[in-house]
Amino acid sequence: MKNSKYKITIGLEVHVHLKTRTKLFCRCPNLYGSDPNTLICPVCTGQPGTLPVAGRESVRQAVSAALALNCNINEYSIFERKQYFYPDLPKNYQISQYKLPLAENGYIKAGGVKIKIDRVHMEEDAGKLVHREKETLVDYNRGGAPLIEIVSAPEITSPPQAAEYLKKLRQILIYASVSDCDMEKGSMRCDANLSLNLKESSRLGVKTEVKNMNSFKAVENALAYEARRQESLLLEGKNIVQETRLWDEDKNKTAGMRTKEEAHDYRYFPDPDLPPLIVAEAFVEDIRESLPELPAAKMERYIKEMGLEEYDASVLCQERDGADFFESAYEKLEDKKEGIKKLSSWISTELKGKMNAAGLDFKSLEMGPSFLAELVNLIQNGKISGKMAKDIFEIIWTEKRSPAEIVEEKGLSQISGEDKIERLCRKAIEENPALTDKYLSGKEGTIGPLVGFVMKESRGQANPSMVNKKLREILNEKK
Amino acid sequence: MSRIISLRKAILSGSKNASSVVKESLEKVSKDSNLNCWINIYGKEALEKASEIDEKIKKGEDPGRLCGIPVAVKDNMLVRGMKTTNASRMLNEYISPYTATAVEKMQAAGAIIIGKTNMDEFAMGSSGETSAFGATRNPIDTARSPGGSSSGSAACVSADHVPAALGSDTGGSIRQPAAFCGIVGMKPTYGIVSRYGISPFSSSLDQVGPIASTVLDAAIILEIIAGYDRRDSTSIKKEVPGYAETINDSIQGVKIGIPAEYMQDGTDPPVRDSVLAASELLEKMGAKIKEVSLPLTKYAVSVYYIIAPAEASANLARLDGIRYGLSADSGKDFISDVTASRTEAFGIEVKRRIMLGTYVLSSGYYEDYYIKAQKARTLIKNEFMEVFKDVDLIFAPTSPTTAFKLGEKTGDILKMYLSDVFTISANLAGIPALNLPVGRDSKNLPVGAQFMGNYLSEKLIFRTAHALEKELSSSEKQ
Repeated sequence: MKNSKYKITIGLEVHVHLKTRTKLFCRCPNLYGSDPNTLICPVCTGQPGTLPVAGRESVRQAVSAALALNCNINEYSIFERKQYFYPDLPKNYQISQYKLPLAENGYIKAGGVKIKIDRVHMEEDAGKLVHREKETLVDYNRGGAPLIEIVSAPEITSPPQAAEYLKKLRQILIYASVSDCDMEKGSMRCDANLSLNLKESSRLGVKTEVKNMNSFKAVENALAYEARRQESLLLEGKNIVQETRLWDEDKNKTAGMRTKEEAHDYRYFPDPDLPPLIVAEAFVEDIRESLPELPAAKMERYIKEMGLEEYDASVLCQERDGADFFESAYEKLEDKKEGIKKLSSWISTELKGKMNAAGLDFKSLEMGPSFLAELVNLIQNGKISGKMAKDIFEIIWTEKRSPAEIVEEKGLSQISGEDKIERLCRKAIEENPALTDKYLSGKEGTIGPLVGFVMKESRGQANPSMVNKKLREILNEKK
Repeated sequence: MSRIISLRKAILSGSKNASSVVKESLEKVSKDSNLNCWINIYGKEALEKASEIDEKIKKGEDPGRLCGIPVAVKDNMLVRGMKTTNASRMLNEYISPYTATAVEKMQAAGAIIIGKTNMDEFAMGSSGETSAFGATRNPIDTARSPGGSSSGSAACVSADHVPAALGSDTGGSIRQPAAFCGIVGMKPTYGIVSRYGISPFSSSLDQVGPIASTVLDAAIILEIIAGYDRRDSTSIKKEVPGYAETINDSIQGVKIGIPAEYMQDGTDPPVRDSVLAASELLEKMGAKIKEVSLPLTKYAVSVYYIIAPAEASANLARLDGIRYGLSADSGKDFISDVTASRTEAFGIEVKRRIMLGTYVLSSGYYEDYYIKAQKARTLIKNEFMEVFKDVDLIFAPTSPTTAFKLGEKTGDILKMYLSDVFTISANLAGIPALNLPVGRDSKNLPVGAQFMGNYLSEKLIFRTAHALEKELSSSEKQ
């Protein structure tokens, strides 16, 4: 879409599964992956006479999420019935919120841009259809599970920005401990509205809704496809039809599902079984206070208080578990001010590299943060060199043993003894008269090869900065 | 003045036992099968329960306040293991997977459920004639309707099969049949009896209540079934006061209003006469009678026929034949199967109301109908509140007529709907109202009058109705 005369407008509707113990309107367990129809009761299968009772934990988590997204919480919100017939919907209506949602007017910052969130509302999930050759079965385990729907303003201007928004949203909600936000498991689902309009025009074009995108990449690809499709229609002088389109991952394209005329009339009306949801200010404040530190605040702290670079801070804050790992390692640093940079780079490069290769995340990581802190401490106080640290790290990773123990056992300790280093340095100077002369004539660059000589002689165990210092000392005496 | 208390005494004293009481009741039920009061009778289970009660009494255990009392339950209330058909082909084979809170409380008090009673299909009707299992007959005149929708519950109490029954009242479905059958029926304040386990017709209007042969019995039953239930979010968190203990207190000085609009040409003269005569008795007993005005009552039927069908259209949507209920196979897709099942299973009145409700909630009509009706509902509520600043209770006919003939109104829907004109507004406002038989017309058909009170004024209603009931029976004897 570069050099196009059109600009893209995207709005995202994201459904997120809350990780409460029980379902939204009954007390069935809210779990993923159990045998079909084992987590059901008269209420969540829509038996006659059953009534919904909103669970406090669901409300609490929904409020947490909304606060984490900088929303205003409505003290008074309404559950409504959204009506349509579908076999995965036991009552043939979904209890949702429509006119008065739980929360409104939030925002998140994604890629340096503030994107407005229009609303966050609560609703119950439907069951799951299992299609077989000749029949369709329904599993109601998920039916009635608590969801929040997060609706962005139509302010996203490109498919990559949409993906960026989703990543940020996911990061915040995982930080707030309200959801796993796993798109593959379906605990995070995204529908998108996209329209094009002329760059100079402020009137939005006709939009299409895109569904069935199962990863951030799919969202980005589907939206990019949809933008190109709309653009070529417009360039041909054709109109965009307002419709819902499904993304086909295999064919890499969207296909029409239903037009506006075929759209459901959901016949929303306030659910008479549920009084208005009153969220008292004290309840909201209590939740606000118990919210964990969110990525933006954490990043700021890392930069301002700990002195990390913005890039390093953002890498460390990507996941809450990673940040927690970093922080507990940081606590164990002997020289925090000098060691932090090293610690950060060890986590971001060595550790993450290993984790990615092994397919591990911070939760499943067996190696404790104290090992890494210890390793950095050993480097900091000159016990081992950076190169040795890498070898030791390999051993920590495979054997899950403390670095000090490994150093001790393998005799890997760096040569820091002044005498030994001095001896090695003198040897280097004696055996390399040419380099020595060059240095003494003012070409101080030759110190490098001299250090290299010492390192080689010591089989890498000499402390390079000490070697450097000592060489200069001896040579300067000769000047 | 209490069948329940005297039966209980007889059972506890040993002059009767629960088993014989239940057997007697079952005999009456089978003798009166022509009345068609019952949809499913659970005689064997009832007798088993009765012998359990007898056993308890023998052992000296507390058998409960309703020990061994046979009762009836309207067939829209779930009782675990029993069918709950709602008088519909849709749920003809539906076996309840759990028990409604109100029923559970009755059972816990030792009541014995004889069976489930006939009703208008899904409680939609005023005559009992929309039942898929045929109309219930009025025991007082079997050519006539017992009223509806709690037709069987009213008829079986009136025919003395059981001393008490549970009904539900959405627009008069307890009070109007009680009036037609000459017994007592109470629709309590919305929210004091749990709706958990009551197949919903119109959730914001439905309320469970007692049908009994005397005011005291109705008070006893309500005391048992009322109370906060965390399974019903619309349930009121308040303790149930003892209704029975103050029922004999004086009604001296109680201010009672007679609404002029209920006593005009639309109301049959014999009904008006009986209500007026009863009001004179009330005055004689020390109550202060005055005329009041409820001009908005005339809009109640219109408001009701928007709100109730709207809620019903959503409440009945779950009946699609997929998980339970009658399931027709169209041989085509999901929607065709659902359409086929619902077409076959629902009667005409249910279909009419589903369509009406779907229409008023549709985009483009919602604001004009549903929202407007909600606003009018608030006005009707406010009007009652204004009147209750002036009087303690309202006393008025329950229905403009006495029991009409079966078939008389089935051809004229509007006429049928208008038979609820005096009962609907109490549901819209959520206030309590009790029907008391106050006389007979020239055909010896019972005339019912209702006491309506402010929210949670059940105690005053029971006391006043009890006083009038006593006075009426003593003046009858003279």
